[in-house]
Amino acid sequence: MIELTIDGTKVRVEKGTSVLEAAKEMGITIPTLCYYPGLSSYGECRVCLVEVVKGKNRSSLEASCAMPVEQGLVIRTNSEKAKKARKLVVELLIASCPTSKTLQDMASNMGINRIRFKIKDRGCILCGRCVRYCKEQMRSGGIGFVGRGTSRRVATAFGVTPAECRNCGGCEWICPVCERACTANNLINGLCGGCQNLAPVETCAICTGCSESVGAHGHTVY
Amino acid sequence: MKKLGSAVELEQLRKKIASQRDPKRTCIVTSVGTCGLARGAAGVAQAISAELKKDGLNGSVDLRTTGCHGFCEIEPVVVIYPKRIVYQHVTPADVPEIISETVSKGKIITRLLYTNPATGRKIVREQTIPFYGKQYRLLTDSIRFIDPHNIEDYIALGGYSALCKVLFDMHPEEVLDEISRSGLRGRGGAGFPTFRKWESARNAPSYDGIRYVICNADEGDPGAYMDRSLLEGNPHSVIEGMIIGAYTMGSHHGYVYVRNEYPLAVENLRIALDQARQYGLLGRNILGSNFDFDIKISRGGGAFICGESTALMASLEGRIGEPRPKHIHTALKGLYGRPTNLNNVETWANVPLIINRGAKWYTTIGTEGSKGTKIFSLVGKINNTGLVEVPMGITLREMVYDIGGGIRGGKKFKAVQTGGPSGGCIPESLIDLPIDFDRLAESGSMMGSGGMIVMDEGTCMVDMARYFVKFLTEESCGKCVPCREGLDRMLDILTDITEGRGKKEDIELLEELGDVIKEASLCGLGGTAPNPVLSTIRYFRDEYEAHITDRRCPAGVCKALITFTVDAVNCTGCRVCARECPQGAISGEKKEIHFIDQGKCIKCGLCRDLCKFDAVLVS
Repeated sequence: MIELTIDGTKVRVEKGTSVLEAAKEMGITIPTLCYYPGLSSYGECRVCLVEVVKGKNRSSLEASCAMPVEQGLVIRTNSEKAKKARKLVVELLIASCPTSKTLQDMASNMGINRIRFKIKDRGCILCGRCVRYCKEQMRSGGIGFVGRGTSRRVATAFGVTPAECRNCGGCEWICPVCERACTANNLINGLCGGCQNLAPVETCAICTGCSESVGAHGHTVY
Repeated sequence: MKKLGSAVELEQLRKKIASQRDPKRTCIVTSVGTCGLARGAAGVAQAISAELKKDGLNGSVDLRTTGCHGFCEIEPVVVIYPKRIVYQHVTPADVPEIISETVSKGKIITRLLYTNPATGRKIVREQTIPFYGKQYRLLTDSIRFIDPHNIEDYIALGGYSALCKVLFDMHPEEVLDEISRSGLRGRGGAGFPTFRKWESARNAPSYDGIRYVICNADEGDPGAYMDRSLLEGNPHSVIEGMIIGAYTMGSHHGYVYVRNEYPLAVENLRIALDQARQYGLLGRNILGSNFDFDIKISRGGGAFICGESTALMASLEGRIGEPRPKHIHTALKGLYGRPTNLNNVETWANVPLIINRGAKWYTTIGTEGSKGTKIFSLVGKINNTGLVEVPMGITLREMVYDIGGGIRGGKKFKAVQTGGPSGGCIPESLIDLPIDFDRLAESGSMMGSGGMIVMDEGTCMVDMARYFVKFLTEESCGKCVPCREGLDRMLDILTDITEGRGKKEDIELLEELGDVIKEASLCGLGGTAPNPVLSTIRYFRDEYEAHITDRRCPAGVCKALITFTVDAVNCTGCRVCARECPQGAISGEKKEIHFIDQGKCIKCGLCRDLCKFDAVLVS
């Protein structure tokens, strides 16, 4: 058993547990996106960042899903530093995939009230859930990542449906974007402001309430 | 060649080689590293060989082709031993004269000599060129004596004697202790103490006893080429270092992961490995010591990220080159899940030196926290570009003015970018900063692999930051969000600023984004990627503000923010600019003041470069 401190409370968990799972056992919720129980951890989305305290004035941010517990770790799941980074990460994610309801809800919960970046709807957040599901659960490996940097995408080899694909639909089912698409067509500052988003939307004093139709880029606040 | 079966046989071979060589005999050395080849050194070497044959001198004069001597600016270089007469910018047409005058009669051809720009004097001997004056060439000096295709050159210089010492006189623990006392830190960039890595890889449990050592030669930084030069010029020093490391860690399998864009380095390394195997210095039972070790070459596929240790190992295994979280170090679980030690080319090349001359001697060079020398590639707007090896702790001023010979064209020094694309900028106010791992990190930059790009007053810092961020956006593996999306948005903001669409809050947003990318990214690439932006904001904030609030580029670089006009006072009406303008945007009769049509002007800057009277103004 390994003892560590999460948010000031000591906890003993089995070796090999991730920090995320240890926090979950204590009833602490850490937002996640690329993590999915039953799939290997990947550490891509960085939404589950927590602050790892290393001495008096030193700390670092780590993805809790991919971090195994260690004896004597001191973790802060809800510190300002962690929250600030998470918020910016979600902001970046919405900017590249504004139609995901999962992301829009997450933004609402975190109190994000505007997206400051250019919206480039790529329709995918490259969380790799589908890739890992196909490989680990279906034992297929029909899809994978292609390219690098911003041109990275999920695809089949050479764009041809491979023999390994059994049309199980698992990739679609597990996708946090396809699964629940945000259908709101009035994005304000990149946020949908629809069903769950209760965060006050920041708009400019001049155009609030104006009848002008708002495009996908939303109002720009100067 | 019969395999060498013992240390004694190696010493005998060394003596035999020495007895066959006469140090007084004339030897013509041509440097044919990549930099030399680019300027036609291959033709020169061929011409020399043909000319000697023609004159019947091929029996009495030796020929040698080596790697880059360091001073890339004066390539192709021909050095004539034993007097070490150096000729610069040699063309095949100069060769007959060199043979008939210098080689046969001992006369010096003044035309081909290097001129000291400070004094205007011609310099005859290579070692008196001021570029080499303040250098301390521990690793690179031997390159000029070694034909990388001939292992005997390396052995003649005492090569593989450190290996003998280690294999027959030292316990692995003693080697580790020696490396520990030497204070050697990894030359790949982060400066991690080498012995710690070795110690953990040595002590880490491996279920089947297999351990790996890897040489990281995936040098992808724009403007950095010291690893290439070492592999091209002196591959055996790297191989010897790796064997010593493998002996210390109990490894029998080694890899050199090298960029495929370095064909000459790959070729020279392959030949060196083959020769080392033939001589019994690699493979089974090295020098009769019962120690087995062999090295394979793995060529990279052109991804910058594969210089990162975990991505490199993934690529070596045949998977996508992307990093994984390093909660379990590669020293414990690396390549194929076995303990793995990865060091940079330069680190490996330091190892034989430390073993041969002792840790005590090594610690006399350098500063408190950084020992030894470091190779930098000094490039950019500087008079003497080339590979520079200096003791740690040398100041930036010495680098730029004493070794580099000052700024090109008499312009003003502005900043130097160290550590490759993810390093930071050091401004003129910090020019007396001693260069070592810790001081560079304090100043917001880093040692990195040792690229050093010098910038003059004509460089726009926002544009420069944009260039590096663009490089990193393309080279990010795209796995984690802060690096992939964050850098992309950072590039958008910087592009907006350079194109005159900057907003007031952009600087703040860049800083916030930079901080989060640094903290939240998965690997070292994202962890350092915002450095060029953050350090330029730190030292050149006024330039960002000028772009945003005044819509003005102080350096006159950002095309959207500048206009070219003709100065009515200075223009002589020579028509040079009008003739050469690719757009035909300049009009005006001879001896009359010219006029630039802003509608046609594409702001290429050709007119400004061509004008001899400084009559083209940029505003």
